[in-house]
Amino acid sequence: MSAPAGSPHPAASTRIPPKLGGAAVSGAAAGPGPAPHQQNGPAQNQMQVPPGYGLHPQNYNVPSGYYSQGPGKTTSLPLDSQCGGYYSGVYTIPTQNVVTPNTANQQSGAQQIYGRGPPAPHIVGSTPGYFQGAASSSSHLHTSASQPYSSFVNHYNSPAMYSANSPAVSQGFPSTCGHYAVSTVSNAAYPSVSYPSLPAGDPYGQQMFTSQNASTIRPVRENSCSGQNTAVSHPSPLPPPPSQQYHQQLSLSGYSPLSWSASGLPSTQDNLIRNHTGSLATANNNPNAVAESSSCPVMQTVQPPESSPAVSTVVSGASSARAPPTANHLVEPVASVTQQPSELLQQKGMQYGDYVNNQASSAPTPLSSTSDDEEEEEDEEAGVDSSSTTSSASPMPNSYDALEGGSYPDMLSSSASSPAPDPAPESDPAPAPVPAVPQPSKMAKPFGYGYPTLQPGYQNAAAPLSSGVQPSSPVYSGFQPYAQYPGMSQLSSSLGGLSLQSSAQPESLRPVNLTQERNILPMTPVWAPVPNLNLDLKKLNCSPDSFRCTLTNIPQSQVLLNKAKLPLGLLLHPFRDLTQLPVITSNTIVRCRSCRTYINPFVSFIDQRRWKCNLCYRVNDVPEEFMYNPLTRSYGEPHKRPEVQNSTVEFIASSDYMLRPPQPAVYLFVLDVSHNAVEAGYLTILCQSLSENLDKLPGDSRTRIGFVTFDSTIHFYNLQEGLSQPQMLIVSDIDDVFLPTPDSLLVNLYESKELIKDLLNALPNMFINTRETHSALGPALQAAFKLMSPTGGRVSVFQTQLPSLGAGLLQSREDPNQRSSTKVVQHLGPATDFYKKLALDCSGQQTAVDLFLLSSQYSDLASLACMSKYSAGCVYYYPSFHYTHNPSQAEKLQKDLKRYLTRKIGFEAVMRIRCTKGLSMHTFHGNFFVRSTDLLSLANINPDAGFAVQLSIEESLTDTSLVCFQTALLYTSSKGERRIRVHTLCLPVVSSLADVYAGVDVQAAICLLANMAVDRSVSSSLSDARDALVNAVVDSLSAYGSTVSNLQHSALIAPTSLKLFPLYVLALLKQKAFRTGTSTRLDDRVYAMCQIKCQPLVHLMKMIHPNLYRIDRLTDEGAIHVNDRVVPQPPLQKLSAEKLTREGAFLMDCGSAFYIWVGKSCDNNFIEDVLGYPNFASIPQKMAHLPELDTLSSERARSFITWLRDSRPLSPILHVVKDESPAKTEFFQHLIEDRTEAAFSYYEFLLHIQQQICK
Amino acid sequence: MSLPFSWCTRSAVRIPRAEGSSWQCTELGVTTGGFLEAGLEIIAFDELRTDFKSPIDQCNPVHARERLRNIERICFLLRKLVLPEYSIHSLFCIMFLCAQEWLTLGLNVPLLFYHFWRYFHCPADSSELAYDPPVVMNADTLSYCQKEAWCKLAFYLLSFFYYLYCMIYTLVSS
Repeated sequence: MSAPAGSPHPAASTRIPPKLGGAAVSGAAAGPGPAPHQQNGPAQNQMQVPPGYGLHPQNYNVPSGYYSQGPGKTTSLPLDSQCGGYYSGVYTIPTQNVVTPNTANQQSGAQQIYGRGPPAPHIVGSTPGYFQGAASSSSHLHTSASQPYSSFVNHYNSPAMYSANSPAVSQGFPSTCGHYAVSTVSNAAYPSVSYPSLPAGDPYGQQMFTSQNASTIRPVRENSCSGQNTAVSHPSPLPPPPSQQYHQQLSLSGYSPLSWSASGLPSTQDNLIRNHTGSLATANNNPNAVAESSSCPVMQTVQPPESSPAVSTVVSGASSARAPPTANHLVEPVASVTQQPSELLQQKGMQYGDYVNNQASSAPTPLSSTSDDEEEEEDEEAGVDSSSTTSSASPMPNSYDALEGGSYPDMLSSSASSPAPDPAPESDPAPAPVPAVPQPSKMAKPFGYGYPTLQPGYQNAAAPLSSGVQPSSPVYSGFQPYAQYPGMSQLSSSLGGLSLQSSAQPESLRPVNLTQERNILPMTPVWAPVPNLNLDLKKLNCSPDSFRCTLTNIPQSQVLLNKAKLPLGLLLHPFRDLTQLPVITSNTIVRCRSCRTYINPFVSFIDQRRWKCNLCYRVNDVPEEFMYNPLTRSYGEPHKRPEVQNSTVEFIASSDYMLRPPQPAVYLFVLDVSHNAVEAGYLTILCQSLSENLDKLPGDSRTRIGFVTFDSTIHFYNLQEGLSQPQMLIVSDIDDVFLPTPDSLLVNLYESKELIKDLLNALPNMFINTRETHSALGPALQAAFKLMSPTGGRVSVFQTQLPSLGAGLLQSREDPNQRSSTKVVQHLGPATDFYKKLALDCSGQQTAVDLFLLSSQYSDLASLACMSKYSAGCVYYYPSFHYTHNPSQAEKLQKDLKRYLTRKIGFEAVMRIRCTKGLSMHTFHGNFFVRSTDLLSLANINPDAGFAVQLSIEESLTDTSLVCFQTALLYTSSKGERRIRVHTLCLPVVSSLADVYAGVDVQAAICLLANMAVDRSVSSSLSDARDALVNAVVDSLSAYGSTVSNLQHSALIAPTSLKLFPLYVLALLKQKAFRTGTSTRLDDRVYAMCQIKCQPLVHLMKMIHPNLYRIDRLTDEGAIHVNDRVVPQPPLQKLSAEKLTREGAFLMDCGSAFYIWVGKSCDNNFIEDVLGYPNFASIPQKMAHLPELDTLSSERARSFITWLRDSRPLSPILHVVKDESPAKTEFFQHLIEDRTEAAFSYYEFLLHIQQQICK
Repeated sequence: MSLPFSWCTRSAVRIPRAEGSSWQCTELGVTTGGFLEAGLEIIAFDELRTDFKSPIDQCNPVHARERLRNIERICFLLRKLVLPEYSIHSLFCIMFLCAQEWLTLGLNVPLLFYHFWRYFHCPADSSELAYDPPVVMNADTLSYCQKEAWCKLAFYLLSFFYYLYCMIYTLVSS
C-alpha cells in the first residue's frame, strides 16, 4: 500500500521546511514554469490572510482559520514534519490521513494521482481540510508541484476568491456579491458547453477548450472580483488548462475548495472558521460533492476520457446534491459500501472512493493507524465489505445514496427549505442544498432547470434574513440565493441555523390539500428531513441511514406529543456497512461516570479539563490521555479528538470489556435432508455456494465450522483433522439427543478444509435416494444448541417442511379457504413456545439461529421464526422453492447465500440505547432478546439488521433545547476483537405543534407504525392493527387540521411533511403483511411481518411502497455515472394503472423483486433491443433475465437495473411480465393507488379518512 | 421464593377463633397474603428493572446467561403468583357475598373486575399470562406492572387495617 504513495510524500516532507517560507519553497520545488503561479497564489492569499499564514495557500481558508485559532500556524507546520517522521516509511502523507491516502495511492500510482494538476489541488485542499490540516499544506504543495502547476494556480485562485470573499463578506457585501456574480456568469456561459458533453464521457478539457471564451471570461471576472487572484491566474503559463480547471472548479469543483474547507471545518469548530464555513462550507459539507469535484478535475488532466465516467457533470450536480450529508461527513460515503461487494471495486471506483474517503475520513483514521490498516487489508481480501476504518470504498456511494433514498439530497434540500422530496434529483439536488450554502457546485449543474422553480421559495425565505445584510443581492435575480448566502455565512452559525429554520418551516408546513393534489408522489426519491440544527451540529450529526427519528423536532412534553398524534421512535441500522468509519484505539474510553454515555460530538466542554454529559448533564473530568490529540499531535485540545468530531465512531475495546476471551467465529449448518429437501434440491446450491465462499467466511484462524443434517434422525459429521474422509454419525434417539463425539464435530476451518470440501461435494448426492419424509427439526436444533453452547456462534438452519417429529413438532394450522378472508386472520403467533425457549437458551449462550425456509407448502413460519426472532438471527423464506422448476428462486438463494456467507458479522453483541434524561424508550422492534429496559442482547449482529424503538417523554424537556440519542453496539468482530460502535444523534426540542409537524419524517414514522402494527396483529388481531393504522392517519391529520383553524374544514389538509402519510399507510394496508381480502398465504404474510420487524428503513420502504419507473424510453438526461457506467435516472411514477400505457414498459422495484411489465403494443424496438425478442408475442411467459445485448437501450436498462440491484444486500428476482400473462396480477397488486375488489383506491381512502375526521 | 405462596394459603385457611370475627379474621389472613404477594411482585419487578450499569458486567457473556436465567426465573415466579392471587381474591369476594358484607364487597368488587379483565384480556396467542421473558423487559409494561403492584399493595394494606379494625370492633362489641 505504502509504496506508491511513499515516493511523493516523503519527498514532500523532506523538501518542505516546516515553518517559514513555505510558499517559496513550494514554488521552488514545483519547478520553473509553475512556480510563479504558485507563489502568486500564496502571496495573494497571504495578503488576505493573516501574515503568519504564508505557508498555507488559499486552499486552507478554513484550515487557516483553524490554524490561526488554534495553537497557531507555526505548530501546524512542525506537525507536518513530525508526522512525516512518525509515519515515515509507511504513510507518505504527513498527516492523519494515514489510512486513506494509502488506499488512494494503491490504486493509481501515487504520483499520478497526486501529480495530476487538477487532482492535486483537490487533494491538497482536501487533505488539509480533512486532516485538519496541520500537515499538510506544504506537503501537498509538493506533491502537486510535481505536475502541472497551472492547475494549482487556478485552484488556488478559486479558493482565494473565497477567502477573499469571506473577509470581504464579513465587512461589506458588495465584494461578495461581485464575486458571486462572476461565478454565476461564468456558470451561465458554461452550462451549454461543459455539461452536455459530460454525460457522453468526453473529457471535460476538450469542451472546455472549445468554450475558451467562457474560461477567459472567468479569470477576468475573478480579477475584477479579487484583484489578486486574477493576477495570478493570467500569468499562468498554461492558459488553456487553467481555464479548464477553472471551469470545472467553478462549475464543478471550483467550489470544492469550499468543500474542503467545510470538511476541514468539522474538525475545526472554531468560531473563526465558522464564519467562513457558514458561507462557503455549507454547501460543501458533503464529502461526496467533494469527491466528485476532486475526481473530476483529476480526470480531466490525467485521463480526460476516463474521467467522465467517474464523475459526470450532470451527475456531479445531482450527486453532489445527494451526497452531501451536511451533517455526516464521515458516515456518508459509507452507506454505499455495504451493497458493494469487492467485485465492484474497480480501480476508478477505487480512486473515486479514495477521494471520498480521504475527505470524509480525515482525522479519525490516524488513531487507528496501523492495526486498522491491517484490518482493512484483511477485509478487502476477504472480499467482504470494507471494514470500518477505511475505504474499500467504491465510486458507487453517490448512486447508492440516491437509490436507497439515502437522504442526503434531502438533507440538503431540507436544510435549504423543503424537507420534502420536492427537488428533482437530477436538477434540483444541488440547488436545494444551495440555500444552506452558496454552492459553487450548483453552478456547475448542467441543466439549470431546477433553479427557477426552487429559487422563488428560497428568495422568500432567505431574502428577508439576508436582505438586511446584503444590499446587492436583489441584482442577481437568478442567483440570489448565492449572493445572499455569503451574507448568511457571516452571521454566526446559530443565526444560520435560525435562518434555515425560517426557510424550512414554511415549506414543510405548507398545507397540502390531499384530495386536490393529484400527483402527491414526488418524481424523485424521498429523502430524510434534516434536523433543524445549527450548521455545526448538522455537520456532526449522525447519518440518517444509521439513525433516524420519526420526529426530527422533538416535542417538549408528552402532552405536546399526544396532541400531535404522531408516533415517536427511532429507526436504527447500527451495523450498517460503512465505507468510512473512524476507529479509535485508546486505553481509556471516555464515558460519563453516571450514565456511561460515550463521549460524543454533542457534549459540552466546560473547560479544558471537564466535560458535561449531554444525556444526564453530569460534569465529568477529561482524562489525561484524552488531552492529547493524536490527529494533530497536539496537547490540550480534547474537543478536537475524533470522538468529539464524529458522531459515528468505533472503539476498540480494552480488555476491561471482556471477561472471557472473545469468541471465535463458529458456524454450524443444520440441514434438512428429508425427501422433501432432496426433491427441492437446495443442497446442491448450498454446498456449491459454501465451498466457493469457504475462504471468505468472516473469521480468523480460529474459525470453526460444523454440519448437522437431519431427517427423522440426526446425522453428525466428524471432520476431525487427520481422517481420510468425513465420518457420519447417526443419532436416532431423537427424544434425548446427545452428541456422539463432543469435540470433533465443530472443527477448525483451516485445519480440516479438505475434509469439509469433501463433505460439501458429497452431501448433495448422499441422500438422493432417501425415502424419509419426516423431519425432526426440534431435536436437531437441540443438538445444535448443545454443540454451540460452549462457544456461541451462528447456526444456519435450512428447513423445507413442517417439522413432524420429536420436540417442537407442528401441525398445519392454515386453512386455505381462509386465505382471502376479510375477517379474522388467525395463527399469526407461534403454535408452541418450544422454538422461543430454544431461542432464549441460544441467546443465553451467544448463539444466533438463522432460518432459511425453502418450502412449497405451509410450514408454520409463525412458529419457526421464533427461533430467529429471539436469538437475533434472521429469516429467509423462499416460497415454492425448487431448483429446476423455479430457477429464479434458486438463483436468488444462490445470491442471498453469497451475501449471507460473506457479509460482516459481529458476535456476542449487546446494544444499549441511551437518550437524554426526560426521554425514555419502551418497546423495541427487531430480532433480539431484551435483557434490560434499554439493553438488547444480540447473539449475532449482521449488517442487514434494522431495529426500531418507541420513545415516550417522561419529563418535560423545557430546560433543554437539544436531545441526544446514543446507540452503543458492543460486539466481537470476526477477527476476535471486541469493538464498540457508537452512533449519536442530536435533535432539537420544540415547543409548538407546528414545529413538531414541520419535522415529521414520514418514512420513519411509517416504518415505526408498521412495526407497531405487526405487534398489534400478533397480540390482538389483524383487523385491530389495520384499524390502528387508519386511525394513525386520521388522528394525526385531524390534529393538524385543528391547529390550522383558518383553513376550510371540508378539505383534507396535511402539512407538506405529512403529505405522503396517507399514501404510505394505504400502501401498508395493501402490503402482504396486513392486507385482507386478497388471497395471501399465511407463511407469506408472516414472512412479510418478519421483514417489517427486522429490515432497515431503506429496504423496508421499498417493500411498503415500491418504485415504478418507465424504462422503455430511458435517456441519459440526469443520468449518473457509476463505475464507468452511465445509469439513467428515470422519474418515479405513481403506483397506479393510469400511469401504465400499452406502448410502454415499466420497471417496478419492490425491494425483493423487480417486475418489468411490457405493454401489449410496446415499441418493438424496445422489445428487440432490450428483451432480445422480435416482437411482443414471442416474449416467453417466464423470463428472469435481461439478455446482454449490444444496444444502447439495453445497456441503459441493464445498468439501471444493476444499479438498483447493487443498492441492496439481497438480490431481487427479476420477472418480466407480459401484459396479458397470468403473472400480471402479481404486478398489479403492487399498484397500490388503484382500487381492488377488497381495498380502497387512494382517492377513496382519502375520502374515507376525511369522513372519519369529520365524524 | 415459594414461601409467600404457602404462607398466604396457610393464612387463608387459618380457622377463626372468635365466632363473630370469623369473616374478618379470614379476610385478615387473606389480605396479608395478598399484601405479601403484592410486595413480592414489587420486588420482582424491581429486580427485573435493575441492570448492572457497569460496562464490564453488562457485556460479559457470562453475565448475559445469568441475566437471562434471572429474567426467566422471575417471569416464572410472577406467572405462578398471578393465579393464586386472583383466585384467592375472588374466593374472598364470594365469602363477603355470603356474609352479606356489602360495604366490604363493594370495596373489593372493582379490583375483582380488574383481575378478571386482566386475566382474560391477555395477549391472544400466548397461553401464559403475560410475563413472557422476551417481552417483559418493556419499560412501559414494567412500569405499568410496578405501578399496579404498588397500588395493590396499598389497597391490601388499607384493607388489612380495615379488616383488623372490623375484627377488633366485632370482638369488642360482642
